[in-house]
Amino acid sequence: MMEENEREDLEIDLLLEGIRRRYGYDFSNYSHASLKRRLAQLRDRAGLARYTAMLDRVLHDERFFDELLMQMSITVTEMFRDPGFYRAVRDEVVPILKTFPFVKIWHAGCATGEEVYSMAMLLHEEDFLDRVRIYATDFNKHALDAAEKGIYPLEKAQAYAANYQAFGGKGDFADYYTTAYDRVKIKDFLREKVTFSYHNLVTDGVFGEMNLICCRNVLIYFDRTLQERVFRLFTQSLRHGGFLCLGNKESLNFSGIKPLFETADARQRIFKKTGELEHV
Amino acid sequence: MYEAVVIGASAGGMRALQTVLSGLRSEFPLSVAIVQHVSPSADSYLAEYLDGKCALTVKEAEDKEAMAPGTAYVAPPGYHLLVEKDRSLSLSVDARVNFSCPSIDVLFESAAEAFGRGLIGIVLTGANADGSAGLKSIRARGGLAIVQDPATAEAAFMPRAALETAGADHVAALEEIPALLEKCVSLNEGGAHGAKANG
Ligand SMILES: C[S@@+](CC[C@H](N)C(=O)[O-])C[C@H]1O[C@@H](n2cnc3c(N)ncnc32)[C@H](O)[C@@H]1O
Repeated sequence: MMEENEREDLEIDLLLEGIRRRYGYDFSNYSHASLKRRLAQLRDRAGLARYTAMLDRVLHDERFFDELLMQMSITVTEMFRDPGFYRAVRDEVVPILKTFPFVKIWHAGCATGEEVYSMAMLLHEEDFLDRVRIYATDFNKHALDAAEKGIYPLEKAQAYAANYQAFGGKGDFADYYTTAYDRVKIKDFLREKVTFSYHNLVTDGVFGEMNLICCRNVLIYFDRTLQERVFRLFTQSLRHGGFLCLGNKESLNFSGIKPLFETADARQRIFKKTGELEHV
Repeated sequence: MYEAVVIGASAGGMRALQTVLSGLRSEFPLSVAIVQHVSPSADSYLAEYLDGKCALTVKEAEDKEAMAPGTAYVAPPGYHLLVEKDRSLSLSVDARVNFSCPSIDVLFESAAEAFGRGLIGIVLTGANADGSAGLKSIRARGGLAIVQDPATAEAAFMPRAALETAGADHVAALEEIPALLEKCVSLNEGGAHGAKANG
């Protein structure tokens, strides 16, 4: 007899297959344990008894799919999260980037934009922002909208100010936004340096000729197969000598592209591209 | 056959974990995964500290790392720790669960699915109710539950909540837990799955 566990996994496989064929989003190579947790939450919230009931609903109800997509995309983020990382970018990476006349930066999986604006503030303080274009992408359209608007709750800005202090910011954090009632809006001189666009790391292609790619706390949601695809995509999207920045608990250790990179900062997970993928 | 042990601890957990882990030999044949509540901005000191005090290898869990026997994996501050079906570990930065990241329930529930009857769950000292729901899932899938005797815990709330929500196969003082685990292992070697009968 099939155990309940196995039956549930079969149901989830069918649900994911339905989503892929109906909407083109492929979650089959996401880390299974947290994916299942999130699907179970949505199932319970929607008052459905089974994953196959979710399949029925998702196939016939686009709004439910939208809700599912939001549930699958965890947009937890902060400005200057891991202050040491931003310090390492400022002190070790920016001096090298400054040797180029113009620099392109890609934030992949930018969520609601906090990380992107942190980078823009840092570059501004190094008098370098004028020579940079930042591309920020995500597959969550609602998160991208929020990122583009650059509006955040005031209480969050206060928490981010503490991260900014820990980072060792050279300015006054409050100079980067205007406040209205209980919200803050990132100032235009930062916002206009960023181009936000939709990009799905599972299905979309190379995003060319970058000097720095920042993809933090996204790859942990992927299994090793999908991680490898994305690592190859990043390698192809980076210029020679360009930098790849990962989350504090992400590494190239299990990846085939490891030999193509040297470690620039082991603790802050910053890697420098020194080799090319063989073209087959 | 027991394959893995998951341990959850909060207030007072550092000392409690040290007592439990230092009672295990370096060839302890199961994998261990641990969630100790800490502030998300804490550094990774706990794993290093415990490693220095225990015969067992204690390290911070890495994303997609395979669980090895005789090794204890500690959730990094600010990340949830989950077990995959293939017995590798995953990290995530989801919202807090029970006001905690890492959360004991998240580890326990995923491990219960991965290991089923092969899992031993342990709830130690703490001042909140994280771990109760997870321990319940472990028991529902046939795993074994050990709860620190609240009377001996630095903070009794968490073990008490676990007992109320999930019950336990064994309620034990910290010093007794290593021997209990060794007994489960010896049953493994004898091929039986009968530790519960002695509870
Ligand atoms: C936890 S957030 C990380 C945000 C930010 N990089 C940070 O570290 O603070 C993960 C983000 O990855 C995005 N993501 C997940 N799967 C993706 C995919 N296939 N393509 C693009 N973005 C994806 C989610 O929408 C979410 O915004």
